[in-house]
Amino acid sequence: MSLRIVVTVKYVPDATGDRHFADDLTVDRDDVDGLLSELDEYAVEQALQISENSDDDVEITVLTVGPEDAKDALRKALSMGADKAIHVEDDDLHGTDAIGTSLVLAKAIEKAGFDLVVSGMASTDGTAGIVPALLAERLGVPQVTLLSEVSVEDGVVKGRRDGDTASEQLEASLPAVVSVTDQSGEARYPSFKGIMAAKKKPVEAWDLSDLEIETDEVGLEGAWTAVDSAAERPARTAGTIVKDEGEGGKQLAEFLAGQKFI
Amino acid sequence: MAEVLVYVDHVDGAVRKPTLELLTLARRIGEPVAVALGNGAADTAATLAEHGAVKVLTHDASEYADYLVVPKVDALQAAVAAVSPAAVLVPSSAEGKEIAARLALRIKSGVLTDAVDLEAGDEGPVATQSVFAASFTTKTRVSVGTPVITVKPNSAAVEAAPAAGAVEALNVTFSDQATGTKVTARTPRESTGRPELTEAAIVVSGGRGVNGADNFAIIEALADSLGAAVGASRAAVDAGWYPHTNQVGQTGKSVSPQLYIANGISGAIQHRAGMQTSKTIVAVNKDAEAPIFDLVDYGVVGDLFDVVPQLTEEVNTRKG
Repeated sequence: MSLRIVVTVKYVPDATGDRHFADDLTVDRDDVDGLLSELDEYAVEQALQISENSDDDVEITVLTVGPEDAKDALRKALSMGADKAIHVEDDDLHGTDAIGTSLVLAKAIEKAGFDLVVSGMASTDGTAGIVPALLAERLGVPQVTLLSEVSVEDGVVKGRRDGDTASEQLEASLPAVVSVTDQSGEARYPSFKGIMAAKKKPVEAWDLSDLEIETDEVGLEGAWTAVDSAAERPARTAGTIVKDEGEGGKQLAEFLAGQKFI
Repeated sequence: MAEVLVYVDHVDGAVRKPTLELLTLARRIGEPVAVALGNGAADTAATLAEHGAVKVLTHDASEYADYLVVPKVDALQAAVAAVSPAAVLVPSSAEGKEIAARLALRIKSGVLTDAVDLEAGDEGPVATQSVFAASFTTKTRVSVGTPVITVKPNSAAVEAAPAAGAVEALNVTFSDQATGTKVTARTPRESTGRPELTEAAIVVSGGRGVNGADNFAIIEALADSLGAAVGASRAAVDAGWYPHTNQVGQTGKSVSPQLYIANGISGAIQHRAGMQTSKTIVAVNKDAEAPIFDLVDYGVVGDLFDVVPQLTEEVNTRKG
């Protein structure tokens, strides 16, 4: 048997950089260094572990939608051990919202062919965490999301979802969409051998016409949401800092009492 | 007046606080109609009526507990078809966001997540979102379809606003997808007796400086003196000192309490993302250069093992 895994990854501006908005209120991707979203590394890792624990013939494809530089994210995933990559790139994608992104990803996943989609829990820039659920809805397959543990055996995916009020064991038949959290297990570092091998792995480039998506279905014009304004949060006014000379706890209590917290 | 659907987050009929906050926001846009599903759905009606729900649509079936997310999407879609609301509001829990997203796609509407405020606008409700680790504030709206918006806890006050709260049965036909993902076991989280982290008015957190699982007793003692929830930084969670469910930060919970007390937390971007919108921020840290001090209203440079127990004792004394 074969098992075709597609891992969706996102190229994001570095969270430790000075992230900001461009004039058209889209995320500025030019002035801040980009990288593979940290939370997607967990998805790549779990796909690799599923592959390593499987008797099936597993093929892992990493898929991204993004500008030219997004290839860096694919290279990182390939150097971790994924087999091949697909890069959907098109100027008309600029400004696409989560619903539109899920359309592009779903069409690309269908075109690539899949038994299992593995995503991260959210991107580190948008942070909504809704794309995996949207993919399941679009692909018409079970959603097995926010897993801190995942396994695949005999065409069935199982996992543990730790929610606010309970921890749940989930089970679904393949094909399915899975997302994994940062609790699923530390992602491996690419080895030197992996980095060298990644350079020879195939990266396919698709555009909107390859996916039979009309340009008015995506981009800023095709978005179902609109950003009216973006303002930098005013810096917090400098607070009072005291050095503990033995009375620090009491001084803090005095402050809290003054603010009516005690 | 237009009706606004509010998805009710409840545990066996006990309505969770964020839903009551949604009713406050819903009343700014129209008349709140609540949708309560699953075991105890009808028991939510009295509380929802006290807080402004003109109607409570209820439906109970075993599918809501036995299968993930999709049965609730089916029900909410049925409610949208029945009511034709001006907007749909859902609490911004992990599950709430997934329900909202799938619903939005089905009804061909835009979806906004993690709103921290909501007001009526000329072109529909305007949401305020806090982005890039709370360094920017955006005003956004849904431009296509019926706005579906998820709202974070502590985004509005809970207000008494008595309304009819008439209970009506909702007709739900489950889709083929409803039974796709089975919940084969469920272990309820053990109650600590402390407030829920995302809902608490005060959060007391510990980080790397706490230096061990046992030492978290100091943090818990301060939290209990203030009636607060306990949080932990990623460093403390990764070290295994405190459960991941208590993690505050980008990959944990995002909190916005009246008061946030950070103990032995340096204030890396990963942590700031989860607490920067707190109203008042206080920190105790040995390192005077720690970035957390850039955020504080009051900071103590000192050893938390001296400062925190002294603070706890002082709070307990003042309470009498």
